[in-house]
Amino acid sequence: MTAPTTTAPTDDDHENGNGNGLGGPDSGRAAAPPGDGDPFDHDALPTPPRATATLLRSLLSPLKARVVLAAVLLLLQQAAVQAGPLLVAYAIDRAVPAFRDDDHGPLIAVAAAYALCATAAGALQYGFVLASARVNQDVLLDLRGRIFRHAQALSVDFHERYTSGRLISRSTTDVESLRELLGEGLQELITVVLSFVYISVLLLWLDLGLGAVAVASFVPLYLLIRLYRRRAGRIYGVRSTAIAAVIVKFAETMNGIRPVRAFRRESVNDTAFRALNSRHERVNGDAILEMARYVVGSRLVANTAVAGIVLWGAYRVAAGSLALGVLAAAVLYLRRLYDPIDRLGMFLNSYQSAAASLEKVAGLLAQVPSVPEPARPRSLPAPASELPGREVVFDDVRFAYRTGGEVLPSFSLTLPAGQTVAVVGSTGAGKSTLVKLLARFYDPTSGRVLLDGVDLRELPVPELRRGVVMVTQEAFLFSGTVAENIAIGRPDASRADIERAAKAIGAHDFISALPDGYDTDVRKRGGRISAGQRQLVAFARALLADPAVLILDEATSSLDVPGERAVQRAMHTVLRGRTAVVVAHRLSTVEIADRVLVMEHGRIVEDGSPERLIADTGRFADLHRAWRDSLVRGHAG
Amino acid sequence: MATTPAPTEEAAGTGSAANRSAVRSLLRLWPYVRPVRARLSIAAVIAVVASCTGLVIPLALKWIVDGPVADRDTGGVWLGALYLLLLGIAEAVLFGLRRWLVARPLAGVEAAMRADLYRHLQRLPVAFHDRWPSGQLLSRGTTDLMLLRMFLAFPLTFLLVNSVTILVGFLIMLAQDWTLGLVLLAPAVPVVIVCWLFEKRYSQVARQAQDQVGDLTTLVEESVLGIRIIKGFGRHRSQALAFRALSRELRGTELVKARLLAGIFAVITTLPELAVGAALVLGSVQVADGSLSAGTLVAFLSTALALRWPVESIGFLLAMSQEAATATERYFEVMDAAPEPETAPVPRPGGGPGAGAGDGGGLRFEGVRFRYPDADPGGVPVLDGVDLHVRHGETMALVGGTGSGKTTLTALVPRLHEVTEGRITLDGVDITDMPRQTLRALVAVAFEEPTLFSASVGENVLMGAADTAGEADLRRALDIAQADFVHALPHGTDTQVGEQGLSLSGGQRQRLALARAVVGNPRFLVLDDPLSALDVHTEALVEAALRRVLAGTTALVVAHRPSTVLLADRVALLSGGRVTAVGTHHELLRTSAEYAWLMSGRTETTERENR
Repeated sequence: MTAPTTTAPTDDDHENGNGNGLGGPDSGRAAAPPGDGDPFDHDALPTPPRATATLLRSLLSPLKARVVLAAVLLLLQQAAVQAGPLLVAYAIDRAVPAFRDDDHGPLIAVAAAYALCATAAGALQYGFVLASARVNQDVLLDLRGRIFRHAQALSVDFHERYTSGRLISRSTTDVESLRELLGEGLQELITVVLSFVYISVLLLWLDLGLGAVAVASFVPLYLLIRLYRRRAGRIYGVRSTAIAAVIVKFAETMNGIRPVRAFRRESVNDTAFRALNSRHERVNGDAILEMARYVVGSRLVANTAVAGIVLWGAYRVAAGSLALGVLAAAVLYLRRLYDPIDRLGMFLNSYQSAAASLEKVAGLLAQVPSVPEPARPRSLPAPASELPGREVVFDDVRFAYRTGGEVLPSFSLTLPAGQTVAVVGSTGAGKSTLVKLLARFYDPTSGRVLLDGVDLRELPVPELRRGVVMVTQEAFLFSGTVAENIAIGRPDASRADIERAAKAIGAHDFISALPDGYDTDVRKRGGRISAGQRQLVAFARALLADPAVLILDEATSSLDVPGERAVQRAMHTVLRGRTAVVVAHRLSTVEIADRVLVMEHGRIVEDGSPERLIADTGRFADLHRAWRDSLVRGHAG
Repeated sequence: MATTPAPTEEAAGTGSAANRSAVRSLLRLWPYVRPVRARLSIAAVIAVVASCTGLVIPLALKWIVDGPVADRDTGGVWLGALYLLLLGIAEAVLFGLRRWLVARPLAGVEAAMRADLYRHLQRLPVAFHDRWPSGQLLSRGTTDLMLLRMFLAFPLTFLLVNSVTILVGFLIMLAQDWTLGLVLLAPAVPVVIVCWLFEKRYSQVARQAQDQVGDLTTLVEESVLGIRIIKGFGRHRSQALAFRALSRELRGTELVKARLLAGIFAVITTLPELAVGAALVLGSVQVADGSLSAGTLVAFLSTALALRWPVESIGFLLAMSQEAATATERYFEVMDAAPEPETAPVPRPGGGPGAGAGDGGGLRFEGVRFRYPDADPGGVPVLDGVDLHVRHGETMALVGGTGSGKTTLTALVPRLHEVTEGRITLDGVDITDMPRQTLRALVAVAFEEPTLFSASVGENVLMGAADTAGEADLRRALDIAQADFVHALPHGTDTQVGEQGLSLSGGQRQRLALARAVVGNPRFLVLDDPLSALDVHTEALVEAALRRVLAGTTALVVAHRPSTVLLADRVALLSGGRVTAVGTHHELLRTSAEYAWLMSGRTETTERENR
């Protein structure tokens, strides 16, 4: 937690070249071979150089004072702990002879000093654990919050490419591995390093020769640690890939259990899983063996050094050139010196995984939100008429993905206030992109989208969301009650408002039939809600929000005909006078539209009132005829 | 994801009952440990020996100090150092040997338990999976099993090893000088008691922290999955506030944990140190009196030092064991759930196989009642006596209001759920009388929410066919489902899709799911609103192609709109948990007001809506 240790990891990575692809800012770039497509496919976002170190520094710098406090507490604590053997030496060499001479002073001093040191060590330990826990928890709180806020600020475009699973594992498993490092690892490391330093100094002070031998033994130990780090790093990399494969297979099977069962995939899955699982088993065994190798090596070095030092020390005591107490103290220190080397191995493990995690987090945080909040926000002008709708203008708008690939070539379009516009066209024609620009899920590559003359990019978020609301095909429900889910549209809505919205959309009947009505928890027993019902809840949410511009993006796909009718009726009544953009693959929706846009390959190829387009000979007329036919065949005959 | 609380809210372990049951839970691991018991026991013995070797080292020291050093015998010093070196090497090798012995077997235990879990989960009823979020199952297959491996590797061995070491260590010390030994022994009892008390309190707080992490994870998950809604309604602020509240709460709990830890560390550091200090002073007095040798004092303090770790570690070894016991409970909670039974759960009266062979062909529902296993047993069942006969080769559309149980009914045919009462027959044979594998080979299904697996497009589609199906079948199925977009994908039918591959739109996924359902030329086809996400144009094309397939297949198709209904020869109306009308589309339009309403949304709508 002191400054040197937090920056040290990245420096080490540079020195060692760290070829394991886990730590260090360089390895991220190395992991994604240049020109091999989208970095999103490899779960390796481009990380700016030294982003990991910068991230750590920015997390710790507000806590500088407390980091220093924790470090000082630990320094003092180690001093108190390491005083013990010195007192032993003093007792044997001074207090015992003095006691024989009836001078009890030195022994009383030893007793007092030992009691003091023991108590101080305990008290300082208490203080340090608390101080460092506070630092750790604040760092984690900060980091969790940053990831969360950043993920929420990133555009929908980003979320569509960076799968939800990755984002969730960033804020859970990756934060968890940092927690382990901070909670146990770092404290361990600092204790180990500090006691190494203290003990070496004390040994050198007790006797220069014995101390020098002890210090010399650090060289083979250091080499061992380096070797272990390199080998373990590689194995851990392989292991984390192996467990990730196991997890993906496992999760996918459980999430798709219905098709797994229906298509009798059980034995095929068992075989595939066995292969992945045994690969992990093998690597896992390798990792444990690597640890065993390290423990044997370090113990051998340590025990040999102890034997060597004792030999030389005893030799000198026997020859009379060293006091017995000094030898005793040296031996006691030596045992303490080599005790924590096993634990150092464990620290290295948690460090490896935390470094990899931090780098992934840094990569995520380095993503710039492509839909930023306005620097100088403007508010919307007062409504021009008593009607709640507002005018929408696409002013020379063009949209292309950053990876290239133009989705919408430049176009201009004006939707007058209060107009209901239907957008039709085949999959991939750019309908969804058009409305996402209007909802400001994306920003146009060039041109402007204006709401009553104000650029969407200049509107503060709350004002934008009051103005424009979008209902999508996937109707996600948050955990909580049905009423709470509807109230997302307007958090201050009363129960009566919520019920009114539900009634208007025809959702009241099924909600009342749930075990606890509006208070039914959607994630608890009995809360089974079908796809169609979820879409109705999503509509009730939109009704409650009461926006100036309403966007429906294929929002009626799972509704049956009465549900769809209820939505259309609501648009005539509750939402009367609002500007509405309806993306639909069902032409029934078009019946309520004032105007129809037909899109093809990103262009608006037909634009006019439904009557006019139907009378025409274009694409829409064809589509409409086909649809009419199906209805006529359905009703007559 | 790892720690969301289980749906069956497990009570936090409290009191001594929890401790007794911890042992009982851990005993359940025996079947998995059995195959490796020999190696594990040998490793434990080795660890005891290695640990005691460590205790002998101070004795060698004493021998050096009191013997050659006191006698100024430099040759003897060499011998002593040699003993020390040999003991040191023995200790290192033995510890390594222990780890080497258990490394592969323990990785094997973990893998075997995971494979069993996976196997078992795949065979548990779908109703079980409805209840358990996949994250909960996953955390049992990963974190919990890792905890168990760690338990077998360390606490299990070292609780034994450390107890023996402590015992031997004290015997050695008492044998050398019983007064000093007793002084050093004094803190052992309070330290162990404090550790034990601490561990109980700590495991409660730790559980609480775990639950809070679970809540936080749920919030993160939902904020990611519902990002469009949050952005669409500008709700980041309230989400961020909720997140902040939860993460602050977690921080608070973590700090309580830290305070407990700090306390226990302080006790563990102070008490033994004080005892060592006392022993040092007493020992010095005795050395001065000449009643104790300097070597014994050094050996004594050295032994006391060597015993520190075994004593201190008892606390966290117990804590780890407690955690492992919880992990075992969590594991067996799932393993104890009964897999799908092969035969009918309730013996049915009458209705022998092959009854009514004359018109028994096709798919027949007889008095089918169904209630979800977790539903209130007193409530109204979802399906309350469904009678329906889909004739051989006929396509039947299933129509009903939102939430009328259409999807539920379709899930009963491949026995994803078991009928509560009544029976379903395929060509006269009760579906519970045939092995599930056979049943599911006969019936192909396309679900409302199309799921693709992490595999190529081709593999995803061919899942629906026998192993002999080839390229031609794949092409035919893709043609029927109008999934020609596949050929425009980067690697055609070899393109990887699913969570680890390209993400496809809802309409595209739906078409692949449809192709999967028809690829194997199944005798029975169950389609749940298979065209909902398609645009009008594609829908018309798919319908035309599907009509050819359906001509020779017995099919049940859930339909929301007239265009889908037109695929069918007849229509069944599901209402109030029963089939209330069966007939052609036109018959029903004339005779059933509810059907007309469902299909057009017009008839008697106003009265219904304004009630």
